[in-house]
Amino acid sequence: MSATVAPTSTPLPARQGGETLRLLVRNRIAVVALAVLVAFIVVAVFGKALAPYGYNSVDVADRLQGPSVHHWFGTDELGRDVFSRVLLGAAVSLKVGAVAVGISLVVGVPCGLIAGFYGGVLDDVIMRVMDVLFAFPAILMAIAVLAILGPGSTNAMVAIGIVYIPIFARVTRAAVLPVREEVYVRAARASGASDLRLMRRHLLPNVLGPIIVQTSISFAFAILSEAALSFIGLGTQPPHPSWGLMLSDGTDFINQAWWMVVFPGAAIFVVVLAFNILGDALRDTLDPRQRSLIRNARGA
Amino acid sequence: MAPLLSVHDLRVRLGDAQVVNGLSYEIDAGETVAIVGESGSGKTMSALAMLGLIPRPPAVVSGEVHFDGAELVSATPAHLRAVRGAGMAIVFQDPMTSLNPVLTIGRQLTEGMEVHLGLSGRAARERAVELLEMVGIPDPRHRLDEYPHRLSGGMRQRVMIAIGLAAHPRVLIADEATTALDVTIQAQIIELLGRLQQELDMALIWITHDLGVVAGIADRVLVMYAGRVVEHGTVDAVFDAPQHPYTRGLLRSIPVLGQHADALPSIPGTPPDPENLPPGCPFWPRCEVRADDRCRGEVPPLREVAAGHLVATFEKERV
Amino acid sequence: MIGYIVRRTLQAIVVLFGVSIVVFAIVHLVPGDPIRLALGTRFNQQAYDALRRRSGLDKPLVPQYFYWLGHALTGDLGVSFRTGQPVTQLIGQRIGATVSLAGAALVVALVIAVPLGLLSALRPRTSLDYGATVISQTGISIPEFWLAILLILVVGAKLDWLPSAGYVPPDQSVSGWLEHLILPGIAAGVSSGSILTRFIRASALEALGRDYTLTARSKGLRERTIIVRHVIRNALVPVVTVTGVQLAYLLSGVVVVEVVFAWPGLGMLALQSVQSRDYPVLQGAVLLFAAFFLIVNLAVDLLYARLDPRIGYASR
Repeated sequence: MSATVAPTSTPLPARQGGETLRLLVRNRIAVVALAVLVAFIVVAVFGKALAPYGYNSVDVADRLQGPSVHHWFGTDELGRDVFSRVLLGAAVSLKVGAVAVGISLVVGVPCGLIAGFYGGVLDDVIMRVMDVLFAFPAILMAIAVLAILGPGSTNAMVAIGIVYIPIFARVTRAAVLPVREEVYVRAARASGASDLRLMRRHLLPNVLGPIIVQTSISFAFAILSEAALSFIGLGTQPPHPSWGLMLSDGTDFINQAWWMVVFPGAAIFVVVLAFNILGDALRDTLDPRQRSLIRNARGA
Repeated sequence: MAPLLSVHDLRVRLGDAQVVNGLSYEIDAGETVAIVGESGSGKTMSALAMLGLIPRPPAVVSGEVHFDGAELVSATPAHLRAVRGAGMAIVFQDPMTSLNPVLTIGRQLTEGMEVHLGLSGRAARERAVELLEMVGIPDPRHRLDEYPHRLSGGMRQRVMIAIGLAAHPRVLIADEATTALDVTIQAQIIELLGRLQQELDMALIWITHDLGVVAGIADRVLVMYAGRVVEHGTVDAVFDAPQHPYTRGLLRSIPVLGQHADALPSIPGTPPDPENLPPGCPFWPRCEVRADDRCRGEVPPLREVAAGHLVATFEKERV
Repeated sequence: MIGYIVRRTLQAIVVLFGVSIVVFAIVHLVPGDPIRLALGTRFNQQAYDALRRRSGLDKPLVPQYFYWLGHALTGDLGVSFRTGQPVTQLIGQRIGATVSLAGAALVVALVIAVPLGLLSALRPRTSLDYGATVISQTGISIPEFWLAILLILVVGAKLDWLPSAGYVPPDQSVSGWLEHLILPGIAAGVSSGSILTRFIRASALEALGRDYTLTARSKGLRERTIIVRHVIRNALVPVVTVTGVQLAYLLSGVVVVEVVFAWPGLGMLALQSVQSRDYPVLQGAVLLFAAFFLIVNLAVDLLYARLDPRIGYASR
């Protein structure tokens, strides 16, 4: 282990945050992605005010109508306005993404910090547990969790959150390892600071970059997973407007009403794409060493 | 008779950086020429450019390189491929990274023979064994099927030399071929290359930053600074009567037996940024002489101060 | 080398052991009595007792686990709470369909990724390279099931070129099997293919810039030889590992894609078992997926050690 302090190992000051923002702005595609995400959040928060119809305003006379001036994205089999339901579905996606990623963060990051900081047996035990969690295909793991908890959007958030814990643990641990021995940590230790304080003050700022990147990418995964779970009937339950659920309804009318499957799917795609692009751009600016998610996933 | 290799006014431009700025020299079979300079002086780039090994674009290469009756700067890719390995071969600096980790040593030795000599199968393997023997690798037959990571740095460099010799090159370029090695291994490799050059009657171009290794092996020396030749002469002339202040600085920094290395005077300052060369003599900022007013505004041309001894300085001749 | 293989294998066994505990726990974490729940209105005391005994649920927890594990190791995964059929038999009926689909997806992924990744590395910053970036970014972000639906919508329904649902076993009709595999294979393989594309590009770019590639050039080899023998071989070594990791991703996609294409595979089986609270079947399917993933990853790591002669000597 080298005793030199790498320039990256200083805690992230506010100035560097501004620098990151400036670098991001230079990446034009990332700016577009950011704009899409801002729009997504606005729609998710103010969807009720923006949507021309309620998410469950049934109008059987108007069922399975194609896109028109009145119904931009057409209507579904119950005559509900697909455009309104897509807008209102944003809230579900945002909420699931936020809660699920929150769970992965809150559990995964401390696990990675502890494993990386203490090493030894503790590290082995924690990381093997993460390996076990990682061995299940994500959706299957979520299905198994939902088999226990029962279907529903809240449980789907928990299930998705559990699934992505190991990735956060691995990313955090990988970021901790190279800085753990560094001089300032040892110096701080010598002056009698508690381990908790050391981790919070000295290690956490160093791993912030990779974690922010992973958060953006995990948001994409979480939204995809929620849609998938709702699609197979284990996530959000009708009549609530989840994009995955709308797609599932649409498959029954695929030959009569293409708009029922095209628009909700496009909504998922655009939001996921935006999170992925943002994640890539963040990686380029915050964490140039980590070149691929795949390597992160490999971690240890 | 025309010399085997003659380089005339070779220039290489990479973006805004003029990395080689008018290099000229000649070399014949059996001769050894050393090109000496700090890293970034353009010595490696000039060798790569001769063989078309710098991608163009982005690089812009001009000048003439005559080898074996043909001009190489304007040569077709096919002609350059025929010259690489068979006409001129290069032994690179770092034997740890210059060998392909996933191919056996035998494979890396024979692939050049296949292309240039039409040898394959058993015949190629036999030649590979001979070559490994020639460069002093024990138990060569065994080594053929091993991967490079099993060998030490010195052994790997011997393999690199064997690869260089595989297709009977007439010019061998040793690009800092001993820099990455221990001192004792360094001496062995230098001795080996000198012996092989005699046996095979090759022209040998030694590219190095270390003027110290040059004295015993080279016939002539080119000292390069910031892409230009600042001094060119026989080893004796350059060592006995160095004319350029830069050459004198380099000579003063060669360690002599019994002297402490940290007592050596080194040339203060750093080479200029190749994207932003000073208007006059590129050495002016570090020069202790600064003989003339012209130094700041004009690049001193190479002039002959004695038969075969050229120097680019405005300073008066010193003996 | 041997030490590495042993260490890696032991590690996989430890993780597999952990996986078995998690899978075993599923049935115990369900609130309420799983057998009573599964039987629902068909409940009668005799059937209930028989199932409990057959599944080992009448034993205390720890002996129960070893009872279950022992049986699982000998290929007995218990019986369905619903039909009383052995789970192994139910899985056996479905596994062919899932293996076909996963294989097809992997083929699709590699067919996309290898040429696209290599070409974009060989022509960096050209329109081809940018095109590849857009394709891979799109492929990573597109939900598998939406892609599946779009494929059905356009290729299956509108153009009527390929069948858009169902599975034909190869022993019935090879052409039918292939025909039915194409759309699901594409739907399940595109996202992995996209991730691999990026990885292969980065890996090939790295190999192109390495010293050994310059050495190869200086030998006077043809450009094609340099690319194939030196660049691609080195570039693909790390890709083998990543392909293993991608399998987890691919299998996840397979589960959902099976639903869209009414594909009678393990994913459908798992989903149906959740809906009917048939926990032994769910346990069997989940265990199989996880074990398969671990075994493939182990195999890939060992293969990697063969492909890259440095592994096993270096500190690892």
